[in-house]
Amino acid sequence: MKTRLSRHVQGWLLLMPAAILLIAFTHYPTVATVIDSMFSKGTAIRPSRFVGALNYERMLDDPIFWKVLANNAWFALGTIPTSIALAIVMALLVNRSIPGRAMVRMAYFTPTILPMIAVANIWLFFYTPDIGLIDQIATSLGFSGHNWLGDPATVLPAIMVMTIWKEAGFFMIFYLAAMQNIPPELKEASQLEGAGRWYYFRRVMFPLLMPTTLFVLINAVLNSFKLVDHLFVLTKGGPDNASNLLLYYIFETAFSYFETHFAAALTVVLLVLLGIMALLQFFILDKRVHYR
Amino acid sequence: MNESRTFSQVFTASLETGAAWLLALLWVSPLVYAFWAAFHPGEYAVNFDLLAPLTLANFREALSQAPFPRYALNTFILVTTILTAQLVLCTLAAYAFARYRFRGHQVAFALVLVQLMITPEILIVENYVTLARFHLVDTILGIGLPYMASAFGIFLLRQAFKSTPKELEEAARLEGCGTLGVLWRVYVPLARPTYLAYGLVSISHHWNNFLWPLIVTNSVETRPLTVGLGIFGAPESGVNWSIISAATLISVAPLLIAFLLFQRQFVQSFMYAGIK
Repeated sequence: MKTRLSRHVQGWLLLMPAAILLIAFTHYPTVATVIDSMFSKGTAIRPSRFVGALNYERMLDDPIFWKVLANNAWFALGTIPTSIALAIVMALLVNRSIPGRAMVRMAYFTPTILPMIAVANIWLFFYTPDIGLIDQIATSLGFSGHNWLGDPATVLPAIMVMTIWKEAGFFMIFYLAAMQNIPPELKEASQLEGAGRWYYFRRVMFPLLMPTTLFVLINAVLNSFKLVDHLFVLTKGGPDNASNLLLYYIFETAFSYFETHFAAALTVVLLVLLGIMALLQFFILDKRVHYR
Repeated sequence: MNESRTFSQVFTASLETGAAWLLALLWVSPLVYAFWAAFHPGEYAVNFDLLAPLTLANFREALSQAPFPRYALNTFILVTTILTAQLVLCTLAAYAFARYRFRGHQVAFALVLVQLMITPEILIVENYVTLARFHLVDTILGIGLPYMASAFGIFLLRQAFKSTPKELEEAARLEGCGTLGVLWRVYVPLARPTYLAYGLVSISHHWNNFLWPLIVTNSVETRPLTVGLGIFGAPESGVNWSIISAATLISVAPLLIAFLLFQRQFVQSFMYAGIK
């Protein structure tokens, strides 16, 4: 009895240091965000007070909120399917013995280890009007220049291209790992049956890669919510919020306009979105993707 | 018949090799361009003359405009502090989850996993308030603190510890090892591949992290490389691309060199950490 009790205590003692930090920086702030979102902004004469759903009503009436939410959705739609398709192509290309395979694989993967802020610095020069690389090449070929990051119509696509460049190689390594686990007999069997390579890919390989695709998909969606570093260098969310994303808007609201309670309400939306993702992953995908 | 099929196979194979190389060239070209701009005088930034003179002036200029060595030191301190704390805290917690059926361990584990979704970046507002309360704003410790208890690390190490044979622990206990002795002599050595994978992922993540350090820091003594670089190239102020490229390369060089040297370990670590 005594030893059993002491095992409980020992277990908790081992967990304690990590638990304290996790509570302090994950659980407590999550709860505090929800509570703060229901209070008003305090000033020197009028202290912060409970206002219920007022911040949320303001949020629903805020056109910028809807704008950034739509941008997040477009950003995810514009980057994720393309990145995944490219990742599969890259993995297929280097999954055979070709001359210089290690070099090619490294070329695909290198953008992954660069910080987003450095990537944005490099790409900023490509997109800059007139003196930028793209415009210089375009004008030398007789086309007119374009302010890629200054035009609301092109700013989000321009950022998407950069993001795809950054992420495709990262997703590639998961596909490579998965492809190496596909038994070679399957390919031989399908060749004996006279199946073409495209048919083999579509009917055999792609379904077997499904767990990887879903894993990558979840990670890509999460990343699309969390990754806003490049906006600091490229656009600051502009022009006219055309490239603004939810997390960047939260940052602006809290640290530029000092509207912390409104920022808390926005954070709650982000938390809910991430929570939905977690539930999807846990209840639906985990059951469906495992091949038995 | 047979002959022509081999020919078409050879043809497709070389076509695919060509495509692989073409895509690879396209993929490295932004980085190659950054090197070009950084090592040539400003007037050659878009003038690709192979005979253009090489220069280190851009690096000298970048270093004179901002204290990048200091930023690099800050990043180094930050990354080592975080990793050291993570290794200790996650090892202890993972051991508890792997080998102790303590009361409430399932709920506790679920609560740990919450951090996989809700990473500290999301809670910037409240976490900043917490840091301010403890006077940790603008300290390297303050940047690192929210990341030190890592759900990801706990999860990975728990998996590794669970696959360690229990008999080894029992044998060590018979030899007179206490709890921490068992952990240190049996579990930690056997989980070395997991530590390596987690360590590399953690280092690259925190070397590259930007948003939270940007919020926490406001002085040269604490600012990591990413933040230093982020505030360096304010595009409004008549920029010199060559100098920004040089600054960018200075910031990414340590990690890039490490990656090129230990490419295999890096790729395998990312793969290993992702698949678990």
